[in-house]
Amino acid sequence: MVIEIINYIVRFLLIILIQLLVIDNIDLSTYVNPYIYILFILTLPISTKPWLVVILSFLTGLVMDTFSSTPGLHMAATIFIGYIRNFYLMFACSKEDFDNGIEPTVSKKGIVWFLVYAIIMTLMHHLFLFYLEIYSFRDFFRTMFRVLSSSLFSVLIISIGQLLFYRNSKAR
Amino acid sequence: MRNLIFFFYKYYTFILFFILELFSFVVLYQYNNYQRASFLNYTSGVASTFYEKVNSTTNYFELRDINDSLMAENARLRAQMLNAYYQTGFTQTSINDSVYKQQYSYIAANVVNNSVTKLNNYITIDKGSEAGIEPDMGVIGSNGVVGIVTSVSEHYATIRSALNSNTKISCMLKKNNAFGSLEWNGDSPKFSSLKYVNKHVEITSNDEIVTSNYSKLFPQGIPVGRVFSHSLDAGDNFHYIKVELNTDFSTLKNVYVVKNILKNEQQNLESTLKGGN
Repeated sequence: MVIEIINYIVRFLLIILIQLLVIDNIDLSTYVNPYIYILFILTLPISTKPWLVVILSFLTGLVMDTFSSTPGLHMAATIFIGYIRNFYLMFACSKEDFDNGIEPTVSKKGIVWFLVYAIIMTLMHHLFLFYLEIYSFRDFFRTMFRVLSSSLFSVLIISIGQLLFYRNSKAR
Repeated sequence: MRNLIFFFYKYYTFILFFILELFSFVVLYQYNNYQRASFLNYTSGVASTFYEKVNSTTNYFELRDINDSLMAENARLRAQMLNAYYQTGFTQTSINDSVYKQQYSYIAANVVNNSVTKLNNYITIDKGSEAGIEPDMGVIGSNGVVGIVTSVSEHYATIRSALNSNTKISCMLKKNNAFGSLEWNGDSPKFSSLKYVNKHVEITSNDEIVTSNYSKLFPQGIPVGRVFSHSLDAGDNFHYIKVELNTDFSTLKNVYVVKNILKNEQQNLESTLKGGN
């Protein structure tokens, strides 16, 4: 149990560091701002209590806000997907998944299942985030383009990361 | 009563979600509305220390470029020194303190964190309240305007860069002093737009744009950029002007914070006027 908690803390720090030091420094275009830190929320075990997911989302958003000078922005978006994640999993997972307490990853649920899950969650997060950031519906289509292109890159990076780092658990 | 307890028990996740979401909206709303970066004042110290550590490592790889830009700036400033001019008359020697009272002083600082592709970009610098920096001071680079200080901790300050949808800088065309407001629309980090320039003003491409004399934050005439393209729709009262920015924000390393010594005096005078109405 303690080892598991330490494992998750290390994973949390690793994902946040990758986001802040690598992803945030890719100055590709103003339309491409991938946010991969939601991977931490996405890959929490399916059986995690919903209230715990919401609290962890809050903490993740708080850390991101602290380091990117955007008070409340990442917090609001991450709490939102932390809340709807539970409803999606109830709809998309069987009872056994909940009982076994597995993580919703590529190795456990398959690439297609994970892609659908990641795309829906990333789109929700980015829609919420980018429209909240501009704080209005002026430039609606420009913001929509920003959401779609950033989501594409986020899902791409998240999936590549999954294929690279979670292969071990499949072999076990 | 039992029903109430049952209600809380059944929906505690939703209630938790609702409270936290409400909290983040309040923080966001407060920040957007009043520009009072109270949240940032608590957190910027932590974040800045982290970025300083990262920056002290990555800075080594860019030393050559930084040196080059500083030498170029030195050369330009040396050319403006009094002893670089040949004296043609006696007017220059009459400069003394009673005629020219210093209005602006500059605080040099290094950039420790910067972004250019977000909708709201921020820059962190390594000087703070200890060096005399306060919120709402202008910041310039060696090529032109950079942004406005938003929050200050003891050793660091956060700057809302000109590449931020909330930043508005009062500017004017250098040739005829027609003024407008520099606002970024989040499109490209190389360009910004100058709004509210009246339609009767003549504009040509490559016109120089500088800070205006209305601004309390910047000295008059600090370069901002050049007119890249301009258009005027029929029935519109204002030009649409696309501005090519002088400052290359993606390679920004050294900046100067502008301290306006007479700012309080001007502000007090203007606030008494408003209060009188």
